[in-house]
Amino acid sequence: MNHDSYSDHYIRSILDDVKSIAIVGASPKNVRPSYFVTKYLIAKGYSVFPVNPGHAGKEICGAMTYASLAEIPEPVDMVDIFRGSSAVPGIVGEALDLDPLPKVVWMQLGVRDDAVAGVLETAGIRVVMNRCPKIEYGRLSGEIGWTGVNRRMISSKKPKLTKGFQHFGLDKN
Amino acid sequence: MSNQEPGFATLAVHAGAQPDPATGARITPIYQTASYVFDDVDHAASLFGLQAFGNIYTRITNPTQAVLEERIAALEGGTAALATASGHAAQLLIMHAMMMPGDEFVASKKLYGGSINQFGHSFKSFGWNVLWAEGLEPADFDAAVTDKTKAIFIESLANPGGLVMDINGIAEVARKHKIPLIVDNTMASPYLCRPIEHGADIVVHSLTKFLGGHGNSMGGVIVDGGTFDWSRDGKYPILSEPRPEYNGIVLHETFGNFAFAIACRVLGLRDLGPAISPFNAFQILTGIETLPLRMQRHSDNALEVAKYLDAHEKVEWVSYAGLDNDPYHSLQQQYMPKGAGAVFTFGLKGGYEAGVAVVSNVEIFSHLANIGDTRSLIIHPASTTHKQLDAEQQAAAGAGPDVVRLSIGIEDVADIIGDLEQALAQIS
Repeated sequence: MNHDSYSDHYIRSILDDVKSIAIVGASPKNVRPSYFVTKYLIAKGYSVFPVNPGHAGKEICGAMTYASLAEIPEPVDMVDIFRGSSAVPGIVGEALDLDPLPKVVWMQLGVRDDAVAGVLETAGIRVVMNRCPKIEYGRLSGEIGWTGVNRRMISSKKPKLTKGFQHFGLDKN
Repeated sequence: MSNQEPGFATLAVHAGAQPDPATGARITPIYQTASYVFDDVDHAASLFGLQAFGNIYTRITNPTQAVLEERIAALEGGTAALATASGHAAQLLIMHAMMMPGDEFVASKKLYGGSINQFGHSFKSFGWNVLWAEGLEPADFDAAVTDKTKAIFIESLANPGGLVMDINGIAEVARKHKIPLIVDNTMASPYLCRPIEHGADIVVHSLTKFLGGHGNSMGGVIVDGGTFDWSRDGKYPILSEPRPEYNGIVLHETFGNFAFAIACRVLGLRDLGPAISPFNAFQILTGIETLPLRMQRHSDNALEVAKYLDAHEKVEWVSYAGLDNDPYHSLQQQYMPKGAGAVFTFGLKGGYEAGVAVVSNVEIFSHLANIGDTRSLIIHPASTTHKQLDAEQQAAAGAGPDVVRLSIGIEDVADIIGDLEQALAQIS
């Protein structure tokens, strides 16, 4: 498929379908973008498994960190790659060794490898590249509009209020 | 929604606004509140640390303001926007996010008189130095850039004479020097011109003018084009270096292509304080819904009035880019083909005294210092908006003693012309 742009429907269906996410490259430092994303996805109800060999055995935002994808003790629906494009083939190789396979491989902003994407799609795995799941969740739920960000969508439907104050959700929540 | 891109008029009505999820209110409510309740201490910490989306205090974000911001970002084709108390406040926050003491920016000489004052005097107190480009050509801007220059600033449709700048050409100069181009798009509005499509990196507006459109509310806005690389060579440390007040967050790395709007909000707006009131945001939002209708009418009326004045025996010259014989007509056709806007100047053969007389004689036109109202407005810049400038600066700004500036409203054009006719008939 074309990875230059994604329909809102495609991104929304992924964020609705997946329940468990491995974040490869999650940082325990609370000012790093990968930490922000880890914390946000946990707050949105996903089961998050940080993967970071330097922090294995310790928690990030209350989630246990693993040294590799293979060490995660349960199946994951999505692998989110928070590493440079050069690290993608190795990580995807590990992902393709998982049983069951993940349903989705997601690469963060600035990360893209079209050859690898083709291999994943042949294996039946959906791919998103050069996007951030936090931004996309915030965009599709409406939350990111609170910061004046252009969501590039219009709707006459109400946003979905979830628990507590100031939390919008997608259909899964 | 289909994947078809919504048109401009659809965005003007809908972008940023959904029914209120708690009450079903279809119109965006005026969230007249100073602060917002947290779920718990962790939620509060996430908000203060910029880790979660949400509101803390209306000096930083407000839900009514947010709808206004997203709508303008959509109309301009930017990644994000930040609304402020006024256009001047918006300019202050832009420069605060990119300038350090001793830095420079290059600006056009053809600017709103208030901007000339702000740049030339008030900004000096911060050590931000403006360099005025000699002329209006891209080469004039190129010649003014030094190694301390952090930005170029122009108006798309420039005050007070309604002339059109070569945005693409000046954007190319900015790209060559790896600095952002800031465009004040107040006079054109995004209906007539979308500067980001022509290479601008940041767009600024006085919302008080055509976007609000009714002369009833002050406001300003910064639109982040999402196009500039703030981290390339360390020239913009506020965006590319860790911020101590946020535990070391690097704003560009964290917020990507909307980092500039975030920097203006979480540093400039938070610490300098010029927040827009929720009520003003609401008023301006309502105004924007009719922007395409009003702006076309403003431009159509203005062209008729300009043609009338151009043929009048007591009028020496008319500066309106919509006229076929105007030197800026081809640039107008390139950058704003739907119209040349509502604001233009003309010169009276009778000079200063005739200018003072005309603004006194009008009965439908209002004599005041504003533009972009539904009402037709008139001013004699040499005795008012540009009075603080010296004669040379007045002439450079197109505000000499014989100059009268009009902002043509959306009334019946026959009545607008009739009013000018009787006012001109009374002068010798």
